[in-house]
Amino acid sequence: MSFPWAKNYEPQQPLMKWLDEKLPLPRLVYNAIGAGYPVPRNLNYFWNFGVLAGAALMIQIITGIILAMHYAANVGVAFNSVEHIIRDVNAGWFIRYAHMNGASMFFIVVYLHIFRGLYYGSYKAPREMVWLLGVVIFLLMMATAFMGYVLPWGQMSFWGAQVITGFFSAIPIVGEPVRQWLLGGFVPDNATLNRFFSLHYLLPFVILGVIILHIWALHIPGSNNPTGIEVKDEQDTVPFHPYYTAKDGFGLGIFLLVFVGLTFFSPNMLGHADNYIPANSLSTPAHIVPEWYFLPFYAILKAFTFNFLWIDAKLWGVIAMFASIALLFFLPWLDSSPVKSSTYRPLYRWFFWVLVADVLLLGWCGMQPAEQPWVILSQIGAIYYFAHFLIILPIVSRIERPLPMPNSITEAVLAKHADDKSAATA
Amino acid sequence: MASETELNAGIEDGVRRRDFINIAAVSFAGVGAVAVVLPLVNQMNPSADVLALSSTEIDISAIGTGQAIKTSWRKQPVFVRNLTAAEIAEANRVPMNDLRDAQTLAERTKPGKENWLITLGVCTHLGCVPLGAAEGENRGDFGGYFCPCHGSHYDTAARIRKGPAPTNLVVPPYEFTSDTVVTIG
Repeated sequence: MSFPWAKNYEPQQPLMKWLDEKLPLPRLVYNAIGAGYPVPRNLNYFWNFGVLAGAALMIQIITGIILAMHYAANVGVAFNSVEHIIRDVNAGWFIRYAHMNGASMFFIVVYLHIFRGLYYGSYKAPREMVWLLGVVIFLLMMATAFMGYVLPWGQMSFWGAQVITGFFSAIPIVGEPVRQWLLGGFVPDNATLNRFFSLHYLLPFVILGVIILHIWALHIPGSNNPTGIEVKDEQDTVPFHPYYTAKDGFGLGIFLLVFVGLTFFSPNMLGHADNYIPANSLSTPAHIVPEWYFLPFYAILKAFTFNFLWIDAKLWGVIAMFASIALLFFLPWLDSSPVKSSTYRPLYRWFFWVLVADVLLLGWCGMQPAEQPWVILSQIGAIYYFAHFLIILPIVSRIERPLPMPNSITEAVLAKHADDKSAATA
Repeated sequence: MASETELNAGIEDGVRRRDFINIAAVSFAGVGAVAVVLPLVNQMNPSADVLALSSTEIDISAIGTGQAIKTSWRKQPVFVRNLTAAEIAEANRVPMNDLRDAQTLAERTKPGKENWLITLGVCTHLGCVPLGAAEGENRGDFGGYFCPCHGSHYDTAARIRKGPAPTNLVVPPYEFTSDTVVTIG
């Protein structure tokens, strides 16, 4: 893997030489995130988000392991144990709020990471496998976040579990048994809480494993870049260390500022007050909504209010919601344009921004009650979402005339540099 | 060449004894793996204590005409509603063709006790508790129950009329043990 001009790891000290012969771990690090990994020289700050997502996962794992030392997964005491963490455990409030907001930060950086991939065409050959593994990570994240949200056993926890496991009851014939199998009962109860805790502890490590595969697959062709032109020779690259370790380090500083700002000054901004009411299986909160990061998908679920083609509305909603994510697996083959970066795709660029607006519209509709005009807006939003991937993208990628492209990354960088210079002298 | 002759010693009709042993061993291991997976999957199903069918007795003597109470059975909410004559008439007036899940009020109640509508308070869409059992709650466009989660409207016989829910509110198994006591389960 990597390029032929990648610097070779040459240990100097006898100890490192000895270690390199027995277990070449420093060599692995050197070739993966050190001076031995050449990276395109023109990456912008959108390329920070992969590292930031990794940092967010580490924060979740560390704070999560600590929380598990104080939390009790039993419906009788779960709610109180979370209150105990906030009120009584030394620095417990900080660790709990860091974990709670850390989940939101993780989704923010992952959504920006996906946004980057969509804008610069990072999902295309030769990086399809990187994209596919990324979608797997996204699905695992959603499952983990959902199960984590159930653990405090507040009203939103309980009813979120009821509604989300209810998705499975939409499956014909086996649906209800599957739901009971998932819950271990007829309603979310102790069995549910216990298994969710077990899986919530397990899944982050599965995510970590898939991330290693994601990075492994990435390091075969190397990173994409804002021009979407593949690396041609040594001029086009700089070593990962110190160039991008420094750039990512700067981004990490900004990320941590936002993260601690949220955690210290507005820790409940992204949550729901109802989750500070203990779970009550006899009363649904007047307005149940999922966490913000699920809202666009929730709007697609709610968009189906009528039976259609022998399939009832409930099953349609569930199919559409899962399909909206499953669709991403096919993206590398739905977009057949060989040009990656939107910079050189005048038509795709417009539709890309319309898609972003559409997802934001869906997210906003997801927050609203199931009434007009939100229902019709969700329906329009959902139709457009599917149309973008299934109709617009395949057509645009065939009829679009890309803008003239530079021959190499270096040419693009030098042209930009020359422009800046002439602008400065003029 | 001698070794090859030895290797081919067991061949009959192009099948080696070793192939048979390989397939048999791997198949047997496969059967064993399935046998191990079964209990690992089955442990997720509701346990015996959860399944133990508890039955709940409800005293309905205090529920006046037009009122409803919310109680619970197997940890699921149950609505017991004493329908008014107008609500019964309205439920009977609805043509069967208008119903997504066609059932008459008579099919959903006990003979001679048509005013007692007993259903699970679990929306058949995604399981929220619909509104309408307590005084002053939104009863939806059809005067029965309304689920605020995703906007399902149920009529006075708790039948689905509008919104994403596929079926009527479920009528649990129950008996009148006397005129004022109902046993659910």
